[in-house]
Amino acid sequence: MDMMKKVPVREQEPKERAKNFEEVCYGYNEAEAVAEAERCLTCKNAKCVQGCPVKIDIPAFIKEVREHRFEDAAKTIAKASALPAVCGRVCPQESQCEGQCIRGIKGEAVSIGKLERFVADWSRENGFVPEASAEKKGKKVAVIGSGPAGLTCAGDLAKLGYEVTIFEALHEPGGVLTYGIPEFRLPKEGVVQPEIENVKKLGVKIETNVVIGKSVTIDELLEEEGYEAVFIGSGAGLPKFMGIAGENANGVFSANEYLTRSNLMKAFREDYDTPIAAGKKVAVVGGGNVAMDAARTALRLGAEVHIVYRRSEKELPARAEEVHHAKEEGIQFNLLTNPVEVLTDEEGWVRGLVVRKMELGEPDESGRRRPVEVAGSDYTIEADTVIMALGTSPNPLISSTTEGLSVNRWKCIEADETNGKTTREGVFAGGDAVTGAATVILAMEAGKAGAHGIDAYLSGKQTE
Amino acid sequence: MYPILEERVLADKIYLMVVEAPRVAKNCQPGEFVIVKMDEEGERIPLTICDYDREKGTITIVFQTVGASTERMSSLKAGDSFLDFVGPLGNPSEFVKEDPEALKKKKYLFVAGGVGTAPVYPQVKWMKEHGIEADVIIGAKTKELLILEPELEAVAGTLYVTTDDGSYGRKGMVTEVIRDLVQNEGKKYDVCVAIGPMIMMKFVCLLTKELNLPTIVSLNPIMVDGTGMCGACRVTVGEQVKFACVDGPEFDGHLVNFDEAMKRQQMYKTEEGRALLKLREGSTHHGGCKNCG
Repeated sequence: MDMMKKVPVREQEPKERAKNFEEVCYGYNEAEAVAEAERCLTCKNAKCVQGCPVKIDIPAFIKEVREHRFEDAAKTIAKASALPAVCGRVCPQESQCEGQCIRGIKGEAVSIGKLERFVADWSRENGFVPEASAEKKGKKVAVIGSGPAGLTCAGDLAKLGYEVTIFEALHEPGGVLTYGIPEFRLPKEGVVQPEIENVKKLGVKIETNVVIGKSVTIDELLEEEGYEAVFIGSGAGLPKFMGIAGENANGVFSANEYLTRSNLMKAFREDYDTPIAAGKKVAVVGGGNVAMDAARTALRLGAEVHIVYRRSEKELPARAEEVHHAKEEGIQFNLLTNPVEVLTDEEGWVRGLVVRKMELGEPDESGRRRPVEVAGSDYTIEADTVIMALGTSPNPLISSTTEGLSVNRWKCIEADETNGKTTREGVFAGGDAVTGAATVILAMEAGKAGAHGIDAYLSGKQTE
Repeated sequence: MYPILEERVLADKIYLMVVEAPRVAKNCQPGEFVIVKMDEEGERIPLTICDYDREKGTITIVFQTVGASTERMSSLKAGDSFLDFVGPLGNPSEFVKEDPEALKKKKYLFVAGGVGTAPVYPQVKWMKEHGIEADVIIGAKTKELLILEPELEAVAGTLYVTTDDGSYGRKGMVTEVIRDLVQNEGKKYDVCVAIGPMIMMKFVCLLTKELNLPTIVSLNPIMVDGTGMCGACRVTVGEQVKFACVDGPEFDGHLVNFDEAMKRQQMYKTEEGRALLKLREGSTHHGGCKNCG
């Protein structure tokens, strides 16, 4: 084999998968995983670990894979991550661990993500269960939100012996892993639910259907329900709209709504009641991972799909792999194009999207070249459905109902990134609720930091 | 699981259920709503709170069957359970935050239409508990569709009932009663609260604007999560786009764009109709009726 190249991963054929919700990537089998593990140089001062937000001992677990010691590999990963089957699928490895890989200087980086996924899938299929802590601290901690930040924080605290309850506003745990990321990228029954079950096996309780700030406040949790610390990992759930004419027409959705109907409510399945106006010609506005997810969901529901993005391909914030998959499946990209108006028919339904061509000017504060309108370049994309995937911001429900919790001007909770401390004693926060919309793995890093912060706070309290 | 302790048919297609949901019952206020989901396959359905008992930890909901999920829900009996029941959601009615003494100086008129009578009840009851007598108009199509009359009779200052066909109480639309009370019977009101079908609220608002009577309406648009996440419930109020779930559900009725709101409410009519047909006709439904493409 060519040691400079990754062992290729098997995928469902684009033409086939465009019509179903089965997972796109099949992952490595044992032989493929071991062969890929052979490519690791087992660097002493491993750069990949520095690139990993949760600091998995990557050379160690890859060595264990090479030696067919898969259970040991699972234990090595479990020390740092509670959600390896998720991360192996949705982490932006190319800009993290794999981006730092020494192999990657001359050839292709070791496929660390696919190896992590292999180990996680192997351990699930072989019934490997993480060990719960024997030591009990006798202290209760409340975690708000069961997304990546909350699950990680809760798992780490449970391992330290705390009695942890997660409060989830929706009827299913998982946060964005459940309502946001589609089945074909992250299977719910096969991957997300077992990973959540593993966190529960550490002793974590999950109470669904509790909206903190409404059903019960943080003050009540601390004063009446006996919790000694709280971690807020409530994410960034509020969708943004453009504010253009016609945006309230029937057939204009936030990506959140479209994806929630399909993923959480399972509208794509005949046996579920929730409807989805899937659309026949769909325009998705935005260029991030959420835009790709919405576009590929619409495609699978039978639509012709256009991505409308105001910058060029180089600036697309989505992962390269997602863009590649979307193109393979037949999504059309209208780049350097910005919507100006949604056209409607007499009944108030979408009939088209007027867009304007853009060109790239000088770099803006984000370092990306600023798109500038090209005068007189308007044209109409025929569409019956428009999905706005423009990003999300944190929900003010918690910050507005908790005394002494400071937020910045974007309504993000102010918290110390090293330990999650907020301006309110005993209250910690992390993930998208603090940073605004980011990635699963960065939320997990913040969940870990929050768990350390809470442990330090409660240990200190004990010795006072 | 959220057990159903009591279930009653209030009128044709209108059902009342008392559900055990201690967390909701502890903190809910008039004006807020819940979202229920009967089982794994069910939809998330937003329903206004009709009554609550903090000691027993129960919430009373009232719903009308309009789609497949509510149709299935109507078959639930005492002893059955909802799989999911979340709340309270939305904001309490404005008056809950006001000083009761200042409130006593204001005269409220509540206008309830059809199943909208249910969310009016806890508001009027709250008023009564705080020593405030509010007048109430209930409008129903016919006598048979009138709900919660004795309950409202017990808490209202004066209760006026009107039916479209005159089969009970006064005859005519609620707007005619409002006009009569204000223009012919010398009643003076400071605030009107109108809750009912969108079309009723629209016409009440057109009238109260003319009468210079400030009016609050409670909107019940399409929603999925009810916590601000999906944006399905967006409505235009004044020049601004608001989310009914987190900014409402109550708004200044004189500023609401009802025409847009009514169009948006129709959005899933076809899909809901499809699901309903499938439910009724089971495997014999093959879509040949031209109602479902």
